[in-house]
Amino acid sequence: MRNCRRLLSELKLWTSGRSKWTRGLNEGLGGSGKAFLSTSSCPKVCIVGSGPAGFYTAQHLIKARQDVEVDIYERLPVPFGLVRFGVAPDHPEVKNVINTFTQTAKHSRCSFYGNVNVGKDVTVGELQGAYHAIVLSYGAEGNRTMGVPGEDLPGVYSAKDFVGWYNGLPSCRELKPDLSCETAVILGQGNVALDVARILLSPLDILKKTDITQPALEALAESRVRKVLIVGRRGPMQVACTIKELREMVNLPGTRPEMVTADFDGVSEALKGVPRPRKRLTELLLKTALDAPGDKELERRRNAAKVWGFRFYRSPTEILADPGRSRTAGIRLAVNRLEGSGDAARAVLTGEVEDVSCGLVISSIGYKSLPIDPSVPFDSRRAVVPNSVGRVHQAAGLYCSGWLKTGPTGVIATTMNNSFDTARSLLEDMDSGALDVSAAKPGSQAVSSLLEERGVKPVTFSDWEKIDSLETRRGEACGKPREKLLSVEEMLKVARS
Amino acid sequence: MALVTAARRLAQVSLREYSRRSPAVSRGAWQPADRSFTTGTQPLWSDSKVTVHFINRDGEKITVKASPGDSLLDVVINEDLDFDGFGACEGTLACSTCHLIFDEEAYKKLGPVTDEEMDMLDLAYGLTETSRLGCQICLTKSLEGLVARVPESVADIRQSKDGSA
Repeated sequence: MRNCRRLLSELKLWTSGRSKWTRGLNEGLGGSGKAFLSTSSCPKVCIVGSGPAGFYTAQHLIKARQDVEVDIYERLPVPFGLVRFGVAPDHPEVKNVINTFTQTAKHSRCSFYGNVNVGKDVTVGELQGAYHAIVLSYGAEGNRTMGVPGEDLPGVYSAKDFVGWYNGLPSCRELKPDLSCETAVILGQGNVALDVARILLSPLDILKKTDITQPALEALAESRVRKVLIVGRRGPMQVACTIKELREMVNLPGTRPEMVTADFDGVSEALKGVPRPRKRLTELLLKTALDAPGDKELERRRNAAKVWGFRFYRSPTEILADPGRSRTAGIRLAVNRLEGSGDAARAVLTGEVEDVSCGLVISSIGYKSLPIDPSVPFDSRRAVVPNSVGRVHQAAGLYCSGWLKTGPTGVIATTMNNSFDTARSLLEDMDSGALDVSAAKPGSQAVSSLLEERGVKPVTFSDWEKIDSLETRRGEACGKPREKLLSVEEMLKVARS
Repeated sequence: MALVTAARRLAQVSLREYSRRSPAVSRGAWQPADRSFTTGTQPLWSDSKVTVHFINRDGEKITVKASPGDSLLDVVINEDLDFDGFGACEGTLACSTCHLIFDEEAYKKLGPVTDEEMDMLDLAYGLTETSRLGCQICLTKSLEGLVARVPESVADIRQSKDGSA
């Protein structure tokens, strides 16, 4: 099947104007491919962040105007952001977008500069001096905290860190989560929560063929976790996950579902007139939780050693420690009732509490963007850069796309549309003159000089390709799509070789 | 799941692939006129082709000829149709960007939808009762003259605000 994907990716050049691309490739080929001196009249755009938001914004800009040049800056030596570090290892098809991003990166009017920390190695102000426009697409690297006592006990992790750990994010390398307990409680019921549940309970046979990191695979092989509860404040009709991920849990080999029947009172009656996506999702949930299984499914469930289930109307109030206060022993949950219905339903405390024994708590209640430069407006309440259709408020020449713009929700396609919107705003501003692109700007030449003075050596896209090639070769040796390098030092060593 | 889709596409695509890859190697000297000579395994007689019409996001009608067995995503790629962001996951049922809308009659002719397709379709912007994913529709002669509309992919205000996609 991997050969099929390779064939497909070679077949698929950009659907958006392939003939234009090949002309573009012809322009750029020869020598290093990027060795043009830009004409003084060409608009230069700098994009901060090389995840889907950055790449889709770049793609749209380059395609729309034949004179725009785009430079993408990335803090890590490797590109692609959450596509590499967020998408679950057992969802490789979702990562096919990397092929499109690779084409963008190799376009003659696009350059990638990895290992550059914007805000530290170079300021946004300095970038504004060098480029006509800056697009901030650096996503959401922080996480929302539960804000409850015991949150810093061993055994409590954010989903962001847990996912980063099994996906090889260098900063999560030392997480070493303790998987020696029987029960894990996940707070949050979005797709990330389901990814975590699925990785905790998946058969090793499946995981060992993915690009999950070797240390994570070894830890999961020793894992004693047999029961995973996925806890939400509200009810079955408010789950934030989508049906594909729910179906994967329902069909996960070696596992059986176990839920509280009473949690589903009144749900099927409330389905009338509900839009199809929510209706189908809820119906699958109802079926899984309430229906008596057929013989084959009954047999499968009897043989399943692992259990998972949603728990509803529960909010965390405290993480409970063992007597020595050295590790997590349980979680105290407040019982809620619902006021209102649909997306707007609110969880209201009833005063009751419930304690659940567990040794692992993973909070999957949302990522959060962080400010990286004091000169950039930042809304700390919503944790986004304030903007209208991607134009940053009170900051001429500054734009944003992706999660930094709208908050940390949505799949890759959502981010794609979001980024195209920002690109359209930028292009409109260029056309109308609201963004002045008449004066020449030095672009990457100015930034390269600054970086050199500061001892920062960027990683180019072809340097990344050396890393990519090594990871792929190492993966082939053990039946995986790739074996990721796990530290920035290793990545830089290979990039410079 | 995706294995079935991928296997089916491999069967359809593999022979054509080898001939199409050779132009990529000689792209330095690539001239538009060469294309008809290098995609050698396509049938030479026109009556085995299926005519398909796409209505793009500007309302323009684009008419192309495709081979039976091609998926609508294959057609969009092969014909260089300029739809922004179409087919992001390359036909593996991992996104909803090849979303197409049909009229009722055409929709009925397209046959049953699998749960897997429906699951991804549920995430598509502007979902309708006659929506399908282009990567899952394989052309046959009986679909001659099919009209497929490419819907707006821009998120409505509600979605970009709370982002619950």
